Amino acid sequence: MKKTLLATAVLALGGFSTSALADLAVAIAGPMTGQYASAGDQIRKGAEMAIADINARGGVLGEKLKLEVGDDACDPKQAVSVANTMVNKGIVFMHGHWCSSSTIPASEVYVESDIPMATVSTNPQVTERGLKNIFRIMGRDDQQGLVAGSYIAEKFAGKKVAVVDDKSAYGKGLADEMAKAMEGKGLKPTLRESITAGEKDYSGIVTKLKQAGVEVMAYGGYHTEVALILRQAQAAGLQLTVMGGDTMTNSELVTAAGPAADNVMFTFSPDPRKNPDAAPVVEKFRAAKTEPEGYVLYAYAAMQLFEQAATAAKSTKYADLEKAMRAGSFKTVIGELAFDAKGDQKAPGFVVYRWQGGKYDYAQ
Amino acid sequence: MAYALQQLINGLTLGAMYGLIAIGYTMVYGIIGMINFAHGDIFMVSAFIAVTAFTILAAADVTSIPLALTFVLIVSIFFTSAYGWAVERTAYRPLRGSTRLAPLISAIGMSIFLQNSVQLTQGARVKPIPPVLEGGIVLWDAPGFTVQIGWSQMLIIVTTVILMTAFTWMITQTPFGRQQRACEQDRTMASLLGVNVDRTISFTFMLGAALAAVAGVMVTVYYGVVDFFIGFLAGIKAFTAAVLGGIGSLPGAMLGGLLIGLIESFWAAYLWAEYKDVATFGILCLVLMLRPSGLLGRPEVEKV
Repeated sequence: MKKTLLATAVLALGGFSTSALADLAVAIAGPMTGQYASAGDQIRKGAEMAIADINARGGVLGEKLKLEVGDDACDPKQAVSVANTMVNKGIVFMHGHWCSSSTIPASEVYVESDIPMATVSTNPQVTERGLKNIFRIMGRDDQQGLVAGSYIAEKFAGKKVAVVDDKSAYGKGLADEMAKAMEGKGLKPTLRESITAGEKDYSGIVTKLKQAGVEVMAYGGYHTEVALILRQAQAAGLQLTVMGGDTMTNSELVTAAGPAADNVMFTFSPDPRKNPDAAPVVEKFRAAKTEPEGYVLYAYAAMQLFEQAATAAKSTKYADLEKAMRAGSFKTVIGELAFDAKGDQKAPGFVVYRWQGGKYDYAQ
Repeated sequence: MAYALQQLINGLTLGAMYGLIAIGYTMVYGIIGMINFAHGDIFMVSAFIAVTAFTILAAADVTSIPLALTFVLIVSIFFTSAYGWAVERTAYRPLRGSTRLAPLISAIGMSIFLQNSVQLTQGARVKPIPPVLEGGIVLWDAPGFTVQIGWSQMLIIVTTVILMTAFTWMITQTPFGRQQRACEQDRTMASLLGVNVDRTISFTFMLGAALAAVAGVMVTVYYGVVDFFIGFLAGIKAFTAAVLGGIGSLPGAMLGGLLIGLIESFWAAYLWAEYKDVATFGILCLVLMLRPSGLLGRPEVEKV
């Protein structure tokens, strides 16, 4: 009896995997739930639109694309199990993960299973481990930190600056790079602190900043904590200018921090929405009531990257795809994409933005 | 000195909130001997109810702050108590009398259920409310540093003191308090003596939820943002507070909450903020090694 059951189960599994392979499965993975779920939402919206568009053009190599969505909640352990699930689903391409701390362990699974991945994770370690399957369509924290740190050292010379991070792989990496860049330009941070992400009360650190007379906070971490720090700083009578990384693009920062968000600056790749080639796609997103901010267009571009690489290679086999991605240059909504030997984007270019009245634009 | 005073105020505010949530853990443990892991999420639900109530008030153009706060508190306490009752009824009562682990697993399931249902119905984004109680008073204008206490901080501390007093009176002086303590000591004997055990347990859950609701409203007013995830960390910290003070002991939960709030803010103020949680849990370990039943807990006597 037991054996019959087992056999049925095996058969059922077999049936599942073949049916999943009817279309070409591509995947996204990121925090679809958990405290950073709004970023996952952006990725999903971008990828869904891209796949609908690609399928409307006839798919890739005559096969329709099917999107698999993996939810890692930015938890490294969950990321590995998501990666295994995706491998079992037979995906040929992965856009993800989002948090560096998820991308790094998950990539070990994908490289073993020969799955190419395009990620927006910015921690240098993502591409520094010599993995062949990773392509980064975003800049790196050391570049991002250099731009942010130099900007602070130039614009806020002589002011007291605190460097704060949230102890995550992304946040600490970015904050360290910002501090290094500032010191390189002769501005020594007054304070170096870490906070615990996910809490609500940051009055302790705010009071500490106030005591030290800090005016500028260079922050490595995510937008949710910055919003709370700003709100609590305002309540404590502390005017704080914040310099952060690419995660501050999230408009949730403005909803949560209110007018205090006007004091937030951050580095991000040049706004893809301003790319003239992206205009039709941007229009399409807006018509669908989605503002293509943050990671939306990156997810769209990742799918375009797969489409163009597969078309150029005339194959979706790993070896062919990898070769095509490394050699080629791809026209996407975020601009021209080309990769170096490590898998980093060749022309990353970060610029400094500033939130103003609920919108962000290049800072002067 | 001024700096220390400011951190003391921060710590008291934080500790008051932990204490309010911790009572819910400790009461339920006292009466049925289980850890209600869904309690942190009940607190989260109450914060969402508060946000909804504030939004309704804003739409109705109510500008009087005391009136608005009273309304939000009543609404939130009412609905959150209903949640507390429903959780006990659906997830714990059917398992009463089974193994000790069963309700524990059920509680974790309930916690995940509440978190995800709020995420699905309310969305994953943070819900902000415009500042309700802005400003405060300057306590001390020391050179180089002004000590401020915000109106919302004052509200939290004062409300907590009033509630704790009322609560202690209720447990020690009223008929319900007597029944509650009777159930805590021996459920079978209490039921033989005519105490409606099921009703008392239900009411205990509602009471815990009501206190969590007050904390939820305070958090909404103080921090201005809520999301579906706030219950997790707050729950863990409050649970730690309950254990530190001695789980099962009501004054212990209050003391534990205050201690954790103070340890957190002073450690972050003078030592390394990144090791704040290490300090909190390190002190918890130390206390449990020296006094296994917590600061004010009574050692459990095996009933024969």
